[in-house]
Amino acid sequence: MYVIVVGGGKVGYYLTKELLAAGHELVLLEKDGRRARQIADEVGSIVLNRDGCEGKHLEEAGAKRAAIVAAVTGDDEDNLVVCQMAKHHFDVPRTIARVNNPRNEELFRHLGVDEIISPTRMALAAIEQDIPVHELLHLAQLEGGELELIEAQIGEDSPAIGRRPMDIDLPEGCTLFVLIRDDSAQQIRPDTVFQVGDKVLAISRTECETDLHRQLIGDTRAGTYAG
Amino acid sequence: MRTIIVGCGRVGAHLAGRLVREGDEVTVMDLRTEAFDRLDDDFPGQAVRGDGTDEDALRRAGAEGADRFFALTEGDNRNILAAQLASERFSIATVVAKINDPVRAEAYAALGLATICRTAMMTESLAAFLGVAADKAAMKVQTPTGRHDHGGELAASITED
Repeated sequence: MYVIVVGGGKVGYYLTKELLAAGHELVLLEKDGRRARQIADEVGSIVLNRDGCEGKHLEEAGAKRAAIVAAVTGDDEDNLVVCQMAKHHFDVPRTIARVNNPRNEELFRHLGVDEIISPTRMALAAIEQDIPVHELLHLAQLEGGELELIEAQIGEDSPAIGRRPMDIDLPEGCTLFVLIRDDSAQQIRPDTVFQVGDKVLAISRTECETDLHRQLIGDTRAGTYAG
Repeated sequence: MRTIIVGCGRVGAHLAGRLVREGDEVTVMDLRTEAFDRLDDDFPGQAVRGDGTDEDALRRAGAEGADRFFALTEGDNRNILAAQLASERFSIATVVAKINDPVRAEAYAALGLATICRTAMMTESLAAFLGVAADKAAMKVQTPTGRHDHGGELAASITED
């Protein structure tokens, strides 16, 4: 498969090496002469010191027979133009653009870019995954730190949904005492049934937290988030 | 008429001055505030520092509801992105992008963008001056020669923030 990579920065460089190792036929276009020579010294004559945004250079690089054009420079506008020229001027079947501004993703797809690589979006997703949505919130320490006042929000994954306090296998030394529902606080009674969105105030021994977390929030994420 | 000009170079500044005299409400954008020195001292329009290829920056500059949009920075690709944001994102009726690479200019005219190409204009002007057969049409703004079907309206699918 013939691939044209535009942009010899870090992404383009490693992409080129990986594609070569996988046995693909390819050409890398890099407009900076020094950078192009530097990469050529390592991977050979497949590096062209050309600006891939110029139609003429894309054509010289064989855009008409390329199966894929991957535009991975650091500039969104350059990547867009490379892909649009490839797609609409040279009928390249598949175009890939690196996009830094997440707001550009939808527009680029709309304008004919087949595949979007978004480092910003990927980092964002990874970070969001690590920030717990529903976690135990430490409100106060009691008795010199042995006990803690904790708030737990009953999320959709909570095993406590539809259950009463007696159905919940609470760890020893842990009490649920107040429920906040619809912005009002009520005492937790034996006939209270937990619902999604409930906030439960509990007093727990520090070492019971993991257990409490499992019962009220679910198994998905252990640990606490000191909010 | 409300006009947005991205890129306050010689052409951008000059056009801005011309349009305000015609009674246009003009906003000029540039990444560098020094660029605004090119505007007339008594320029009554707005000068907004910002990236004309950034949707949020364009919105801040008032692209929403503008009637005319000119992408006149030094970079062909920046102009191409800015112009496509203007037409696809903000549905501005009259959009012109300066594209100095004749190949790209022609390709984007075929994709539905009105383009102006300094290379072609100057070459043809000089050819005409020398009495060599010149392509008169290339001296003007190239109106779109085609329209790329993107498959649906983009602007309609965007939720305002």
